Formats: sequence, structure tokens, C-alpha cells
Amino acid sequence: MTDLIDTTLTGGDIGHPGVFEEVEAAHEHPEHGPTGILKWLTSTDHKVIGMSYMITAVVLFYIAGVLALVMRLQLASPTSSLLSLSAYNQLFTMHGSIMMYLFAGPFAFGGLANFIVPLQVGAPDMAFPRLNALSYWLFLTGSITMIMDFFVRGGAAAFGWVAYAPLSEATNSPGLGGDIWIMALVLTGFSAIFTGVNLVATIFYLRAPGMTMFRMPIFTWNMLVTAILILIAFPVLTSALVMLFCDRHFGTHIFTVQGGGSPILYQHLFWFFGHPEVYILALPYFGVVTEILPVFSRKPVFGYKGMVFATMAIAALSTGVWAHHMFTTGVVLLPFFSLLSLLIAVPTGIKFFNWIGTMWRGQLTMKAPLLFCIGFLIAFLMGGITGVILASPPLDFFVHDTYFVVAHFHQVLFGTAVFAGFAGLYYWYPKFFGRMLRDHLGKWHFWLTFIGFWITFMPQYVLGLMGMPRRVATYPTNLGWQSWNIASTVGAFLIAAGFAVLLYNLWISWREPILAGDNPWDGHTLEWFTTSPPPHHNYLHLPPIRSERPTWDYNHPDAPTVGHGKQVRPRPGTPGAPALVGARSGEGSNGSDGRSTTR
Amino acid sequence: MKIESYFLLGVAAFFGLIGIIYWVTSYEQAGTMMLIGSCFLGLLPGAYYLFWHRRMGNRLEDRPDATIEEGAGRVDAFPSSSIWPFVLGLGAFATVLAFAFGVWFIFPAAALIISALVGATLESRRGGTV
Repeated sequence: MTDLIDTTLTGGDIGHPGVFEEVEAAHEHPEHGPTGILKWLTSTDHKVIGMSYMITAVVLFYIAGVLALVMRLQLASPTSSLLSLSAYNQLFTMHGSIMMYLFAGPFAFGGLANFIVPLQVGAPDMAFPRLNALSYWLFLTGSITMIMDFFVRGGAAAFGWVAYAPLSEATNSPGLGGDIWIMALVLTGFSAIFTGVNLVATIFYLRAPGMTMFRMPIFTWNMLVTAILILIAFPVLTSALVMLFCDRHFGTHIFTVQGGGSPILYQHLFWFFGHPEVYILALPYFGVVTEILPVFSRKPVFGYKGMVFATMAIAALSTGVWAHHMFTTGVVLLPFFSLLSLLIAVPTGIKFFNWIGTMWRGQLTMKAPLLFCIGFLIAFLMGGITGVILASPPLDFFVHDTYFVVAHFHQVLFGTAVFAGFAGLYYWYPKFFGRMLRDHLGKWHFWLTFIGFWITFMPQYVLGLMGMPRRVATYPTNLGWQSWNIASTVGAFLIAAGFAVLLYNLWISWREPILAGDNPWDGHTLEWFTTSPPPHHNYLHLPPIRSERPTWDYNHPDAPTVGHGKQVRPRPGTPGAPALVGARSGEGSNGSDGRSTTR
Repeated sequence: MKIESYFLLGVAAFFGLIGIIYWVTSYEQAGTMMLIGSCFLGLLPGAYYLFWHRRMGNRLEDRPDATIEEGAGRVDAFPSSSIWPFVLGLGAFATVLAFAFGVWFIFPAAALIISALVGATLESRRGGTV
């Protein structure tokens, strides 16, 4: 079926709420078409596709997490025989590949962005719904292909998630495992490219009237910048993988020295994708945090435009620093890449300043989403600072390929994809399903994960400085590494306990639902204006859009609406300050005046 | 579309500048080509948007004073369900399996891809199916 979608007609007529009922009756867009599994197979609704992405990505996250636990058990003893050396190589390859390619990115730009971006810009769907569905099917089949790797003759790929040539060439890594790994990434690479195209088109062409670029929520801005990064980076990866496959099977020698090729070329191609990839994974989660902090501080975001330009600066610089992963090859321009790498700290520092400014003197509501955001701030700060250390070539030479690097990127990526990612899950879960997750269980989840996180990764910095190389399954007994490794293993199991709590939370919240209402957090952005879950094609009507937080403006008509960064509001407790509504005051979940949408 | 075009032209300007600096300081070809390619990725759509912005002027979503009422009318036609993306995805899956497991996979892959392309095209022409 094809739906012809009309825009709705409410606008600024908030003094006459009765108009809404008439409009709703005239503009119902009931979902038609198949139901059940056929609905899942045929849906082009961005919400169904986004939810499919998120569920698939979280399942893969748990699978990769179990792989990490097995590796940590192996490393708890210097000479453990739990895993063979080759099995260990396969495990760290698959753990990294699943987490990087199939969880952290797709959860954000496939899942959260798919579900949230059209809602935040007031669009009925993504710009290309069928291309969107194809993106998901390519992601799912790519994920299945990656998992199939475990079951082929010779075992899974064992050359690390970066697949450096010549290790990944046919002579050094024969067998189907490497081929299947390459094909899985070709599928998911195309999926990401299509999603990037869809996001850009949706944001450029389907915004509601009055939703100018500088009124878009920061999450949407970050997804736009991420989509551009995807379009820059992923085609390079896909090309490199096709060349690698040709080397393995068609007799080319693009990356082999014997035939006149260059292994360094593979590293250039991979890291031209690989370093922007880190920010493809990080920027969406920066956006998540920037959505949550203002709502749970009951303030507008501090320095809106600074946030937007800092995001652009981080993204731009991230594409000019790829060879800082190649310092020790001896054939890259150290000053150029070191300078650009160090420069990234500046816009990131602006973001931290603005995040703290957003919370400063706010009325903080210590719910699970805010706790996870604060966890993100602390974790990412540590990862960022050690990143500055690694951007300096003399220091990088010292710790390159040691556990120091492992600790650094886990703190960066765990800080973003896990802390900020699950902050987003707790924050938007009521919008997804119209139900609340249990907050006390969310806090258990947070504290177990947060404490486990530090116990797991801080010892790895020490191990790196002591000289323990990454990607080893056994180590000498006389170097004092075991106690640090045991601590790291204990921390990993604490994190696992935290995620067991999340599973229980999801289960109990599904079995014994607590209805959320449409706007349980007194949210700022457009997605909180519609019902929870949103109807087919999202909106029965829209509020006037006069700032970057139209829902909050609509629900608080007495508070001044001023453009980004200039919002001057009376301080809480002073005359003229707006009344608190929503979650804190318990005045109903639809905002203060009950004029929000009805289901 | 002015800000959108400036945004993309900014991408082009950054990569053009960095590409030149990188080339004259390193003479490294692979990185230079990727930076120049990224420059064009911003330049082509950015110039296209700027061209149309100059012809069309501001759209409703570009105007800070635009009201929802002004946008009344049809937004677009959206497909509500379609089996063909799934079939095309299966075709792509079978295609990559052909590279790994054997060329015979190409036959079901071709059948799936061709049927998906024909089905999606007819679906668009008829106004929808499923």
C-alpha cells in the first residue's frame, strides 16, 4: 500500500484545544497491511525497522559480551588451557568485529536514529522507506553471515577486527573464515551507506515547517554529521575489503609485497575508515547525552550552537588523523597526524564544558538515564585523556600494541556505546513501548556496570605500562601480570551481572507493565509530543516550532521562548519561574495542560 | 536549503584544504586521493543544493516564522509495506554466499534480485502491493 500523507493543521492555536479532536478525526492514518511475522518482513515503517535494528544489535552485544567473558577467564591464569591459541585468536577477532561493526554503530545509526530522527524533525517516515527496509535486511544477513563464521571448516577469522594484510592474505589466513568475515562486512557496509543516505535525505527534506536547521535537536544534528562521516568512510572500507578478497582469490597482489603491492596501503585504507568509524560510533551517543542532560536538569542545553560546531569540528578532524594508528610503521607524517589528533581535544573539551554547563545549577533528577550519562562523562573523559597520550608519537611508540591501547579504546567505546547507549534505551524506552523500565533496577544496572567498568579497564592501563602485549592468550608467570588480570576478569563479571539485571528489567517491565504516558520525562523535543508508542506515520498534529524544544514550549506556554543559547529563564524559586510538571511533580505524563496528543 | 548547502560546501572546503596540505607535506598518494574524493563528496551535492536554493528560495522548513498551517497538504507518498526489500536482501545474501561457498549460489541470488527489482518497480507503478 502507499499512503499519501497530509500535513496536519494545528499550529499555534493552543488556546483552543478543541480543534485537535476535529483534526485527529480528519487525519487518522491507521496502519494497514499484514500482521504478525509478515508485518515484520514487509514493514517499511521507520519505527519497526529501528526497533528491529536495536533488538538485533543488543542480541549481538550479549553474544560478543559472552566471548569477552571467556577471554577474560582465559587470561585470569597465565598458562590457562581453557582456549587453544587459535581459538583465542578467533574469539578476540569476533568479539571486536561484532561489537564494532554489528553493535555499537547499528544500534545508534540503525536503531536509535531510525526510530528517533523522523520523530524529532516532525516527519511521517524516513525519506526512502523501502531503502530503509533493505538496509535492515542487509544488516541482518550480514550479521548472520558473521555468526556463520564460527561454524565453517577451519573456524572463524582470526586476524583481528582490523584484518591487517598480509596477515589476512590467503597464505597466512587460509580457509573460509576470512572470506565469510569479508562478505559479512560488505553486506553491513552497504547497509550503513544506505542508512547514511536515508538520514541525510530525511533531515534535509522532511523537516516540519519552522524546524530550521538550527532548531533541530542536537541528536538529529549529530546523526546528520554521523551520516556524512558514514558516506565518507564506509565506501573506503568496502573497497579495501573487495581488494583484499581479490588478493585472496583472484591472484591480485594489491597488498602483498611479492607481487609489487603494499601492505601499508591496506592500513591507509582501513584507518581512513577506521578512525572516522570511532566517531561514527561516538557522535550519535554524544547526541543521546545532549538530549538527556537538559531534560533531567530541567534546563535548555547550554551552548546549542557551540555543540553543533563542536560536533562538526570533531567529525572533520577525525577524518584527518587516520595514520596516528600507524605511527610505528615509520612511513607516515608524524607531525601532521599528531597535531590533528591533539586538536580533537579542543572541540571535545567544548562539549564537556557545555554538558557540565547544562547540568550546572539545574534541578537534577537522578533517574537511570541521567546516571548513565554521568557515567559516560567520567568514562569518556578518561578514555579521551589517554587518547591525548596516544596522539603523541614518543608516548605511542612506548605503549603501541600493549594493553594500554586496549584499555584506552574500551574506555572510549564502552563509555559511549554502552553508558550513553543504554542511557538512550532507558530514556526512550517509554516512547518505544509506552511502558517504563523499572528505575531501581536501572540503578542496579548502572552501578554494577560502572564499578565493573573501572575494575576491568584500569588494571589494563597498568598492564600496558608493564609491557603486556595485546592479543596474547598466555603470558609469563614471573612478570607480576596475573593479579592485574584477575582484577580485570572480576570487573568483567561485574559488568555481566549488570547486564543480567537489564535482562530482568526488560522481562519484568514487559510482564508487569507500568504505563508511561506520552511524555513521562517532560521532554523537550518533538518526539515527546506524539503518543507512546507513536501512531503509524507518527503525528496526528504538530505544535508550533519556535525553538529547539517545541514540546516544552507547548507544555509551558508561560515560560519565555528564546532561540538557541539565549534562553533567559527565571531561576527556580524566583517569581515567574515555571511550575514543575511531569515526572517530578506527578501532574500527569502529558505535560501540564493535558493538551498533548491522545492515543 | 542555504544552510544545508553551506554545510556540504564546508565539508568540501575542509577536505580540499587538508588534502592540499597533506599532499605538499607528505607526497603520500592514497591518503591524498581519499581526501580529494571526500572533497568532491561535499562539493557536488553542496553546489547542487546551492543552485536550487537560489532558484527556489527558502522552503517552509528554512523559515523560522513558518507555521504548521502553511505546510498543509500532501507531504509525500510513503509505502506502508513491501516484501521486495526483504527479497532483495536475501538476493544480496545469496550473492555473497556465492563468493564464499560456491558459484551455484549465484542462480538463486539472480532470481531473487531480478524478482525484487521487477516487483518493486511494478509496485511503485501500481501504487502498492502486499
